Amino acid sequence: MKQIRTLREAVAQIPDGASIMIGGFVCCGMALRLIDALLEQGTKELTVISNDAGYPDKGVGKLVGANRIRKLIASYLGPNPDVGRKMHNGELLVELVPQGTLAERIRCGGAGLGGVLTPTGIGTEVERDKQIITVDGKQYLVEPPLRADFSFVKAHICDRMGNAFIAKSTKNFNVVMAMAARHTIVETDELVEPGALDPERVNVPGVFVKTIAWSNSHE
Amino acid sequence: MSDDNKELKRERIAKRIVRELPDNALVNLGVGLPTLVANFMPKDKTILLHSENGFTGLGPMPAKGAEDWDIVNAGGFPVSILAGGCFFDSAMSFSIIRGGHLDVTVLGGLEVDEAGNLANYLIPGKMVAGMGGAMDLVVGARTVIIAMEHVNKYGAPKILKKCRLPLTAQREVDLIVTDMAFIRVTPDGLVLEEIAADTTVDDVIKNTEAHLTLAPTIATF
Repeated sequence: MKQIRTLREAVAQIPDGASIMIGGFVCCGMALRLIDALLEQGTKELTVISNDAGYPDKGVGKLVGANRIRKLIASYLGPNPDVGRKMHNGELLVELVPQGTLAERIRCGGAGLGGVLTPTGIGTEVERDKQIITVDGKQYLVEPPLRADFSFVKAHICDRMGNAFIAKSTKNFNVVMAMAARHTIVETDELVEPGALDPERVNVPGVFVKTIAWSNSHE
Repeated sequence: MSDDNKELKRERIAKRIVRELPDNALVNLGVGLPTLVANFMPKDKTILLHSENGFTGLGPMPAKGAEDWDIVNAGGFPVSILAGGCFFDSAMSFSIIRGGHLDVTVLGGLEVDEAGNLANYLIPGKMVAGMGGAMDLVVGARTVIIAMEHVNKYGAPKILKKCRLPLTAQREVDLIVTDMAFIRVTPDGLVLEEIAADTTVDDVIKNTEAHLTLAPTIATF
């Protein structure tokens, strides 16, 4: 059985300076309550890996606004102008990664692979300082795997074994991020007994999950 | 230019692009102008739209009050999924994009050049929106169509001899469709194939920095 914790207890395990992968796509399928609990706890100097920085008042954007993030690794900053400003002022380090490369680097991290060869970014600033390998006459960039201390995964239903159902278009980065952290925390809307979640509906096998934070648990 | 006029010109671009979409194509539309293409989908063709955040069968925005915030488009706004679509995660979504399974991508552009290079994600010191899925889309899609206004808001050409902004991808653009022209990127450079009904070839050339080869016959759209 996994650790079943309140949101507050779940984030209490995260120290200053930790790296965290946060699933979601412009706040869709993002563990917003875990982020709020982390914010309340005051954890700082974080490295955050997330597709985007959400909105200034929602999700990862709140952590940016409160200066809790030292480095952000993301693909898209469009809806959050705070990030660009903090980047220019030297308050925030940002590594921009093409979205497909970000997903694959995380998958590699979780799958025990040494990196990915991708044609994306050849001939652009993304290739700077990276090795290029030619396979069958075509050039590929060598992109290193990404791992993190923690990951936040948002599920609709999770059983006590950690098996998670992630509905509709909220799967996004949640699925690969569940594999790539030393400590994966699932924030779930509904917590059920083993057997109550049809194994055919599981998007994230419980083997990747360490802590289940039940959104509706009493704080 | 009046706002109405500007909207009509944007619609003209979208309607022309629709004619380029093959039957049974899987198509990804970028945010902004490319999204307009969805409003003019041909009735005689089956087109499946791909949403980079993780599904096929992208459908219209639901009525106000009926939104499902678990189904959003690449801009993060509520949309719907049509019968025949399905959901998947980001790694699968970009496997579809990079793996040669996506027939067409339509994206906006800041600059395109004679070699088919595209710049559309970064203006150093000004705009740091990030590339999102654009770099993967341009590299992965079989056909890359750039939908953009012919000149920028200062009236300067956006189709250049060589891009000056940081590139999104090298030599990947196939077609450029603007409010003035329909241009094909070939190994020998840019070929002007069609012009808009309210312009002239001379006018297009005057508003284009890149060299344009004229097609034997130039149609209007």
